[in-house]
Amino acid sequence: MLALADFLIVGAVLFCLSVAGIFINRKNIIVLLMCIELMLLAVNLNFIAFSHYNQDISGQIFVFFILTVAAAESAIGLAILVVLFRNRGSINVDDISTMRG
Amino acid sequence: MKDLCLLIVLAPLAAAVVAGLLGRALGRSAAHWVTILGVGLSFVLSCVVFRQIVFGGAPVLNVNLYTWLETGGVPFEIGFLIDQLTVTMMVVVTFVSWMVHIYTVGYMHDDPGYQRFFSYISLFTFSMLMLVMANNFLQLFFGWEAVGLVSYLLIGFWFKRDSAIFANLKAFLVNRVGDFGFLLGIAAVFMYFGNLDYAQVFERAPSLAGQSITVFPGHPWSLMTVTCLLLFIGAMGKSAQVPLHVWLPDSMEGPTPISALIHAATMVTAGIFMVARMSPLFELSSTALSVVLIIGAITAFFMGLLGLVQNDIKRVVAYSTLSQLGYMTVALGTSAYAAAIFHLVTHAFFKALLFLAAGSVIMGMHHEQDMRKMGGLRRYLPITYWTSLVGTLALIGFPGFSGFFSKDAIIEAAAQSTLPGAHLAYLAVLGGVFVTALYSFRLVFMVFHGEGRMDHHTREHLHESPAVVWVPLVALAIPSVVAGALGVGPLLFGDYFGGSIVVVPEHAVLAEMGEHFHGSWATVVHGLQQAPFWLAMAGVFTAWFLYLKAPALPARIADTFKPLHGLLVNKYGFDAFNNWFFAGGARGTGGFLWRVGDEALIDGLLVNGSAKFVGWWSGVLRNVQSGYLYHYAFAMILGLLALLGVFVHHLLN
Amino acid sequence: MVQQLVFYAFAAGLIFAASMVITVRNPVHAALFLVVAFFASAGLWLLLEAEFLAIALVLVYVGAVMVLFLFVVMMLDINIAVLREGFARYLPIASGVAVLMLAAIGYVVGHQHFGLNRISQPEAAAASYNNTAVLGRVLYTQYVLPFEVASVILLVAIIAAIALTLRTTRQTRAPHPGHQVQVMRGDRVRLVKMAAEKPE
Repeated sequence: MLALADFLIVGAVLFCLSVAGIFINRKNIIVLLMCIELMLLAVNLNFIAFSHYNQDISGQIFVFFILTVAAAESAIGLAILVVLFRNRGSINVDDISTMRG
Repeated sequence: MKDLCLLIVLAPLAAAVVAGLLGRALGRSAAHWVTILGVGLSFVLSCVVFRQIVFGGAPVLNVNLYTWLETGGVPFEIGFLIDQLTVTMMVVVTFVSWMVHIYTVGYMHDDPGYQRFFSYISLFTFSMLMLVMANNFLQLFFGWEAVGLVSYLLIGFWFKRDSAIFANLKAFLVNRVGDFGFLLGIAAVFMYFGNLDYAQVFERAPSLAGQSITVFPGHPWSLMTVTCLLLFIGAMGKSAQVPLHVWLPDSMEGPTPISALIHAATMVTAGIFMVARMSPLFELSSTALSVVLIIGAITAFFMGLLGLVQNDIKRVVAYSTLSQLGYMTVALGTSAYAAAIFHLVTHAFFKALLFLAAGSVIMGMHHEQDMRKMGGLRRYLPITYWTSLVGTLALIGFPGFSGFFSKDAIIEAAAQSTLPGAHLAYLAVLGGVFVTALYSFRLVFMVFHGEGRMDHHTREHLHESPAVVWVPLVALAIPSVVAGALGVGPLLFGDYFGGSIVVVPEHAVLAEMGEHFHGSWATVVHGLQQAPFWLAMAGVFTAWFLYLKAPALPARIADTFKPLHGLLVNKYGFDAFNNWFFAGGARGTGGFLWRVGDEALIDGLLVNGSAKFVGWWSGVLRNVQSGYLYHYAFAMILGLLALLGVFVHHLLN
Repeated sequence: MVQQLVFYAFAAGLIFAASMVITVRNPVHAALFLVVAFFASAGLWLLLEAEFLAIALVLVYVGAVMVLFLFVVMMLDINIAVLREGFARYLPIASGVAVLMLAAIGYVVGHQHFGLNRISQPEAAAASYNNTAVLGRVLYTQYVLPFEVASVILLVAIIAAIALTLRTTRQTRAPHPGHQVQVMRGDRVRLVKMAAEKPE
């Protein structure tokens, strides 16, 4: 028998892994984007688990929308990345500090 | 008569405007002609009005010409009050002014500011007439300030001289002190009488005599005393009474004609005139009269002493003016208003004469004013010598001359008065006679007698002044001789002033004196046996002895009484004190407020300080905005952790 | 029992793949491990009877987004050594934060709150249950407006991505239709009046 908590803990582990990933891959913007995808995945897992255990389809609707927005986000993020690389010849995060106050 | 009065006032104003604004275009002679004609017209018409009021028995004219504004049901008007007091002043003012105008043609002949000067003195005549002809306090104040303004302009006439600028600023500031009191006095009148019209105020005054007001809690003061003292502070400023006298000697920086006109004959007597005009109020407060008396006495005696150590010919006359103003104030204090006005009139003639004579001497000496470099001028300037001798005799009160009658009346009034301080005043004015004679003849002997001490070049060019200069001298010398004898009977003891001066019976010293009055001639004869005459003679003799017979003696005396001499030379330290305490204090306070209050506190701490603080704090905060992506991510994660912590904490409890 | 085995298998795969995503040196490998993670995730979703979303995840993410990732990673010439800088240095703090967060989240979502005793496993859906139909019904009725908004967001993303990366070259000579329409006769034709013959 699988408990809701099992799924949630998997989601939590996934989320924490992606947080750690943001930390350790702080200079690699592509992996950063991937970590964000992982985070969203963890959240989606939670939504679907709750939806299943509560027998409420709305959770899946939310996942649907999150997938949509995540797709848009990664598309634009990658586009920015391409432009950035084209202008700077590098995607090193350390080089991008023009917004420094 | 109303139209006449309007013409009297407006003629000098129009002349001043023409000479002032169009002077450059009209040229020098046109400027002096238009102003001399304007003031001359004023003088002639004043004489006409004088005849109508005094001899023609015309009723007192009290009209409002124009309502300037009306607020709270109280109108502020411009109007004339033409009574015996007013016409007396009008004639004196316009006559002296006219003479000074004529004299100026000669005196200022080579000055580049010729037209400007004429414009100013005509403007002064207008202002002074507005002052004396006013029928309400507001117009009085207008005239008061206007003459102050012209005085300021004329003292600083040679505005390229530092000393002139200093002197006119000083005159302006010292007068401001007096004017502040004066304004407060007018405000008090307005507050308690609800009106500024003379007639209505004087009518109500007796009913308010007993009223007291509380300015500081726990100290009820008599309304009349407070009002009168405040008004008198104004008079002290304008008429240069101790301790507000300091500006008058310095005002001698101005050209000599205006020293004669403004700082001797007319403007400085405005305070005397004002107190006489306010006699219905002053009569209600013995305290105020006592103060007036004592201030006058101090001025009369101690300012006279200062005249003894001055070497500038104009300053000697200036200190003599101060002393004589003190005499007038004493007369006011004893309620002998008529005597004060009488002395004002005679003094106007002989002091203007003395100043103009001094001016003539200065012209002859090529603008040298130091008496130590003169001497023996009698031979070169005969007319000046004789006229100034007349003026000097009038000043020391030689029997028969005009000053004798007026000054004697004042001394007698001080003797008769029963007010507190009257004894002191009597001694002061009596001592003042000796002092006056001493410094006056010191001047005469040093300037006109003895050996000439001027340099060779000056001696060669010494000559009598032109006619435009000596004609006014002669014209002023005549009233200096006869005005006293003619005026003493009606002015002092007759019903000359009618209702324009009010004296309550307890103070009526002149009436008492009048019982012993038997005509001018009898007074002269009587005067020869009195103490003042002998004191004056003693003064003349002392002057002769010290400055002609034994000229080395004064220096030895000065040496022997060094502290006293130093005190006199330093003018009792008034100037030093004012400079140190008021000017220095104000500058110090200003500097302190500037450096500490403004620069350090407001600019430094509040304005720049807050800006700097914001800048510094922003500098600290901008480090947060590193621009590095991972810093932001890190901040977000930390925030997430914190939120999670709160959530868990909530769940635990 | 089978369910649990499947769950643990997929969960283990998911966590392993995620760990690899954040630790491997090569971004291409990371992207591939992300694909694995998506697959494992899809398996878990199937367990939760979210068939449509599981398939959509595979199709959209694995098929489209991850290809995009790979494409970008491969297209850009990336200096991996620079990007790996500070990896070891930040590992401890990353682990610390992750563990701390995991402890907090684990406490909240643990068995004492969401265990079977609190919320029991629902019965398996009937064989006739059609997840796609149910989802579609709700999506096109109750959530029709958000759905439209989502479609607009996708459109904006498409346009934005194109606008960002499109490079207009100067060399291209393309006529501007607007200018062509606005042309007046005076712009193109100049009438010159001149004598028919050359003046002598």
